[in-house]
Amino acid sequence: MAMRERSRSKGIGITVFIILLLTPIYWLLNMSFKTNREILSGLTLWPQNFTFDNYVVIFTDSSWYSGYINSMTYVLMNMAITLTVALPAAYAFSRYRFLGDKHLFFWLLSNRMAPPAVFLLPFFQLYSSIGLFDTHIAVALAHCLFNVPLAVWILEGFMSGVPREYDEMAYIDGYSFPRFFVKIFMPMIRSGIGVTAFFIFMFSWVELLLARTLTSVDAQPIAAIMTRTIGASGIDWGVLSAAGVLTILPGVLVVWFVRNHVARGFALGRV
Amino acid sequence: MLDWMNWTQPVAIFFAVIACILVVMSVWELASPCIERRGFLPIATTRGDRLFIGLLSAAYIHLAFLGLTELSLWIALAVSVLWLLILLRWG
Amino acid sequence: MRKIPDNRAWWLVLPVLLLVAFSALVPLMTVVNYSVQDIFGPGNAYYVGTEWFRDVLRDERLQASLLRQFGFSAAVLAIEIPLGIGIALMMPKGGIRASLCLILLAIPLLIPWNVVGTIWQIFARGDIGLFGWGLNELGLSYNYTGDPVDAWLTVLLMDVWHWTPLVALLCYSGLRAIPEAFYQAAEIDRASRWAVFRYIQLPRLKNVLVIAVLLRFMDSFMIYTEPFVLTGGGPGSSTTFLSQTLTTMAVGQFDLGRAAAFSLVYFLIVLLVSWLFFTAITHMDKER
Repeated sequence: MAMRERSRSKGIGITVFIILLLTPIYWLLNMSFKTNREILSGLTLWPQNFTFDNYVVIFTDSSWYSGYINSMTYVLMNMAITLTVALPAAYAFSRYRFLGDKHLFFWLLSNRMAPPAVFLLPFFQLYSSIGLFDTHIAVALAHCLFNVPLAVWILEGFMSGVPREYDEMAYIDGYSFPRFFVKIFMPMIRSGIGVTAFFIFMFSWVELLLARTLTSVDAQPIAAIMTRTIGASGIDWGVLSAAGVLTILPGVLVVWFVRNHVARGFALGRV
Repeated sequence: MLDWMNWTQPVAIFFAVIACILVVMSVWELASPCIERRGFLPIATTRGDRLFIGLLSAAYIHLAFLGLTELSLWIALAVSVLWLLILLRWG
Repeated sequence: MRKIPDNRAWWLVLPVLLLVAFSALVPLMTVVNYSVQDIFGPGNAYYVGTEWFRDVLRDERLQASLLRQFGFSAAVLAIEIPLGIGIALMMPKGGIRASLCLILLAIPLLIPWNVVGTIWQIFARGDIGLFGWGLNELGLSYNYTGDPVDAWLTVLLMDVWHWTPLVALLCYSGLRAIPEAFYQAAEIDRASRWAVFRYIQLPRLKNVLVIAVLLRFMDSFMIYTEPFVLTGGGPGSSTTFLSQTLTTMAVGQFDLGRAAAFSLVYFLIVLLVSWLFFTAITHMDKER
């Protein structure tokens, strides 16, 4: 059967791709369980002297694990702010025509397109001058620059998929706008909110340039702390790898929690 | 508190002019809503679209004058304004 | 959907407007101010007019990094878009295996960018990395820290590894939106595999593809962290892209005026390209 043959070769193709995709990550994992002596003495495909020492270093040193807490804090703040402001705006863009709507939409998107490097210095000056430098909220606000436009864009797509008859019916039933929005509309676009949250998390979690520039000690993200492994005696590869592995975990957790929403969201053809 | 922005007069004038244009366009739009139409540009545009195209190309005209010639920027400004008007009328 | 004209919708947009104005407009105004001055410190600045712009536009180092940037973005698009479509076509249609594929594909997207750099920094090394070691064992001379071509290819490979999954996920979502009836009709007509792709799948993919191209163009055009960690822009300046040139200028050399002028030119380029893409998207929506 040609059909079965084709589906088998497809299965092989995708499997090979995913294996290639995961190899570098496996290598990082592999390194994180090795001692530095083993890493530098030669290439081994799996740890010969399996050790948790590298992880112990991270979990016992507060300057290390506070980096993870800092990163999580500003990512969650950013998610809360972004969703709060983006939901009503996306509703307006999907339902109404108003003065300058298209230009406003493009202006929002153009911020998603602006290179963060352009805003680096003014951000530094702005947050220093209002006394927010080295706080979580500063990073959260700075990340809104690219996350809010993205959220509005994705949510608008999902909301346009909901027929307006639902809105009108709810108003006839005597629902006020805020109540309708929270009680009826938001549950209907659950998947959309899930997908949006996933993307907000992703882009805020992976960004380093702004997060590093806007913090120094108290709110320093883990990504910036990782550069410390480069010491006078060379790079501490083991601890660096372990720290890297730990930055991947939250992402995997998030994608696991929203997997059904993401699958459904993707299935709607709306991202 | 605004010290760090290092405001200078020309830049202030520049942003003031942009703001004025936006206000005028909004009022014009409220007074007589614009209908999308097709001019010499390859796509159908509204007044706002043409303004945006005009401003963006004005920026590029200025950059071209700076990068390629030694001519005064006042000429670039004149060319840009002329181009903007042509766009708004026939674009 | 037909939209109702109602200017009161502005109230719903206002929070976003204020937030983005705070985090984008104020900094942008500042950049414009800086770009016309020579700044030595707070309250110590001279007005220099358009000198910085003239300087930046004629700087050969910047022109070279701009060219490199365009070359890199073009290469990224040329590889990732076809590969992403291919992956999406190979993915299972549904069930647990599809979810598994989605999750595994999403993993590279969720790794912080500097860690992506770190992963490849280790993975591509000749002494401790599987990739570099493997290539050397095969008899190829490969050293990404010394050879400009190797460095360039490694950065490109890293980007393909990092971002092809995004293109694949977007295309997968587009493919799922095609009703099964289309495929059945094609089967009745005994359409070839190519014909199915060309006349059924590709047209339906057009919209997500534009989004994918837009996202990939924008993000590859501002790539900074990954090559910075991997190669530091070297050897020489072979992998120094625009964002890195700019960041070095602004933070490293504290050359505020010149960096600001450069930022504005950079921003204008991105604005033009994005506008062209955006017009293309909205235009397609209208034609549908």
